[in-house]
Amino acid sequence: MSTATQVAYLFTALCFILALKGLSSPKHARNGNLVGALGATVAVVVTVSQRHLGHRVPIIIAIVAGAIIAVPAARMVKMTAIPQMVAMFNGVGGGAAMLVALDEFLRLHRVDSTAAAIAVAFTAIVGSVSFTGSLITFGKLQELMTGRPILVPGARVITPLVGLSAVGCGIAAVATADGKTGSVTFLVICTVLALGLGVLFVLPVGGADVPVVISLLNAFTGLTVAASGYVLDNTLLIVAGTLVGASGTMLTLLMARAMGRSITGVLFGAFSGSSTAGSTAEVVSSDRAVKSAGADDIAILLAYARKVAIVPGYGLAVAQAQHTIRELVDLLESRGVEVFYAIHPVAGRMPGHMNVLLAEANVPYEQLKEMDDANPEFSSTDVAVVVGANDVVNPAARDSAGSPIYGMPILNVDEATNVVFMKRSMRPGFAGIDNALLYHPKTTLFFGDAKDSLSKLVAAVKAI
Amino acid sequence: MNNVGWLTIFMLSIFVGFEVISKVSAVLHTPLMSGANAIHGVILVGAILITGTSSGGVQLTLGLVAVVLATANMVGGFVVTDRMLEMFKGRGKAAKAASKSSAATAAAASGGTTAASAAPGTATDRPAS
Repeated sequence: MSTATQVAYLFTALCFILALKGLSSPKHARNGNLVGALGATVAVVVTVSQRHLGHRVPIIIAIVAGAIIAVPAARMVKMTAIPQMVAMFNGVGGGAAMLVALDEFLRLHRVDSTAAAIAVAFTAIVGSVSFTGSLITFGKLQELMTGRPILVPGARVITPLVGLSAVGCGIAAVATADGKTGSVTFLVICTVLALGLGVLFVLPVGGADVPVVISLLNAFTGLTVAASGYVLDNTLLIVAGTLVGASGTMLTLLMARAMGRSITGVLFGAFSGSSTAGSTAEVVSSDRAVKSAGADDIAILLAYARKVAIVPGYGLAVAQAQHTIRELVDLLESRGVEVFYAIHPVAGRMPGHMNVLLAEANVPYEQLKEMDDANPEFSSTDVAVVVGANDVVNPAARDSAGSPIYGMPILNVDEATNVVFMKRSMRPGFAGIDNALLYHPKTTLFFGDAKDSLSKLVAAVKAI
Repeated sequence: MNNVGWLTIFMLSIFVGFEVISKVSAVLHTPLMSGANAIHGVILVGAILITGTSSGGVQLTLGLVAVVLATANMVGGFVVTDRMLEMFKGRGKAAKAASKSSAATAAAASGGTTAASAAPGTATDRPAS
């Protein structure tokens, strides 16, 4: 590798560090991302233009093909579907790392040290888990499968067994890595088992915990990239992979903390019954009385309130109602009502997701209140309007120790004088847990698609 | 480079990784995850290097598939992150344009009370960015 190439790689590594640094502050986030993209572009251009590179034309065609697939997908995806898009990109990255490891193992003269062979086996296993695991998270978020934890019968035994077998085959491949076909067969079996492990690993995770798992798999992929860097003698891959591995682990912990969950609870909760979707069916079927009202009644409630809190959730995002809600808020403000948005850290499908969606609708930053600032306000709030949210306002998280979401920080909307729930149906939230607040006397329900309901409310308030 | 050299780089990178994001608000968790996701797309460099030295159909095929996947990871990751962040930053520009146009409307129609009253609100509500 020429000195110029190595200097270019150093430049890229520095760009990546600055990118992560920039992404941690709202002011520099976008530039940070662009700096990262610049670094990546430099690294790729330098690598492709290396003098001794063979198969240059097919490689360039493959790069163009990858870009042609990815760019429209990334540009066209709706903001509501961003989490699963990130999961998908992470998955293909893990898949790429796995393939690089396999390819590396095939050229046996390179696998000349035990350490390199271990790194290859590690990449094959973890890359595979990241690949299939991410595909399952994609399926869960895209609602191709249920968001509830799926417990494969006997998973308690099968999952560790598959994991141990994968590691065993990996060890066998390393031990026999001397150029015989035997070792390649071991590594292929190891990879197949690891692909299965990724599926088994993510299936039992409850829907609300999926973002944490995506972040964890992201960190995994980072580590596989670092391991590939070791095998390929490439400093850039080591630095970049380790950076993502470390920052991804940190981010996973921060996210879990923001949701009041522990990592072990997220991953193995379904086995001990503490997952975010525990006992649902029996509670939901209860037909306790609820109070529902039409647009006119709620419009009067809102128009004559002093202070109104808006609690947006995923339902708002799905209905693409962020612009309509802004219209309603502007209307109320013009009547002298004080309005603020209370944003739970995990409103939407991922931490910060709701802020992105509301920013899209030009909601002024000052009206958005984070949970810690919003909660003291509720006791002086006349009406809390919950639009398409459920779990993040469920008092069970605060009060009932037996609930699967117990301990998750929530927005205390039950302290407001009146609560209006705008919901499509009585279906429980993403975590699949019933919400006692729906049956509370001070709660009014307003059924319907969030956008339709809000449009009706806007018309009704105008008519007053 | 010897193994201790690699280990040094590895350990230092871990500390840098922890350090750069130890304090980040929940608002930025999603873009940050997505950005980190794009960065590990740099496995593309590894995929290119390995494809470039491959001999035989199997190696070449594996390598090329890896190149396609890694490119999708990297390019898609950066684009999707940029789209997310655009929402945060684009707000300033959009509002400026909106207040300008509403001011113009107000001046032209001289009766656009809603536009005129909305404009100062949105203008002062801008974050300092």
